[in-house]
Amino acid sequence: MFAAALIVFRESLEASLIISVMLAATRGIALRGRWVVAGVLAGLVGSAVVASSMEVIASLASGMGQELFNAAVLMLAIGMLAWHNIWMSVHGREMVAQVSNAARAVKDGSRNRSLVFIVVALAVLREGSETVLFLYGLASSGEEGLRSTLLGGFGGLASGALVGGLLYAGLLRIPLRWFFSITGVLVLLLAASMASQAARLLIQADLLPGLATPLWDTSDLLSQSSPLGTLLHGLIGYEAQPAGMQVVSYVSALLSIAGAMYWVSSRARTEAQPPLARHESNASSTLADLAPKT
Amino acid sequence: MKRHLSIAVLSLAAISAFAADDEFILTIKGHAFEPKELTVPAGKKIRLKVVNKDATAAEFESKALGREKLVPGNSVGIVNLGPLKPGRYAFVEEYHENDAAAQGTLIVK
Repeated sequence: MFAAALIVFRESLEASLIISVMLAATRGIALRGRWVVAGVLAGLVGSAVVASSMEVIASLASGMGQELFNAAVLMLAIGMLAWHNIWMSVHGREMVAQVSNAARAVKDGSRNRSLVFIVVALAVLREGSETVLFLYGLASSGEEGLRSTLLGGFGGLASGALVGGLLYAGLLRIPLRWFFSITGVLVLLLAASMASQAARLLIQADLLPGLATPLWDTSDLLSQSSPLGTLLHGLIGYEAQPAGMQVVSYVSALLSIAGAMYWVSSRARTEAQPPLARHESNASSTLADLAPKT
Repeated sequence: MKRHLSIAVLSLAAISAFAADDEFILTIKGHAFEPKELTVPAGKKIRLKVVNKDATAAEFESKALGREKLVPGNSVGIVNLGPLKPGRYAFVEEYHENDAAAQGTLIVK
């Protein structure tokens, strides 16, 4: 039972941290909770499908199907996180207004909701399929009874969700002024950490060179299996023994997304200023407002 | 023509590079590794074939090697490694990592 609890805890923690950050990052968007729940459910269904077809996936691409599949899932998630952050770099102020004044709904929020849905579903899918296979194996091998396995699994899941919940509660205490800047940084780090994980999978598939492996070794200082190491791995992509290529991918993702955010927000600002004739003097400058109105 | 030739040379090089990879076999049976210590050469690429003889899925994991590979029941998973520096690299079968039998070491020299 304890083995089941521990494994499920570790797998669910990562997904749970991603969900918390996304839930915080979309604060103020109407109905986002429903979309997150839908994302979790879709991810669970996907996990079961992936787990049951694992043999087929594993045998694809001359045995490298698993690596390519997971790398693709990660890259899709990175794309969604990048898109979300770029969207927020334009709509951030509007979001602050929305949170403090619940009556207003954010324009274009629906597109962002579907981004969140996909990110959450992918996070659950990736962590979930391994958990499903593990629990299935444990339950069917008869080493432990089905009941105790399920009990352990639920215990692990609950603990993983609890840590995510604590993170979310902590994030909510951040003053609104800084709130979206901080969640934006968290989303950025999540995306970078996924880029590093995707690189690791592509190195494993022998499609990318590892460069220096490992680039550094801090496993004596902060082991990745320690509670803090696990948490930092889930949140900011900490690795005790990363390959050089992972660090390159991490930094590239970080810089390119941050660069795109900066570019989009500065462009939105300069375009929003000049025409005095324009009457939409809503402090908020959305791209929709900038579109010519006829 | 020149292009075709270079493609032929390249693919030949690719094939020979592929063939030059050394293959090693690691078996999992009853959630235990066999052998528990596997010696492989340093400084070259190797392919580790993880043969799972159990009916249930297993996960080969090594933080030191930066590898994680799920091997479904009764099947073989290939883990590309290297070129590695000489040393000892621990690995585990993640689903049973607390059992001594599910812990092993790759010795590179």
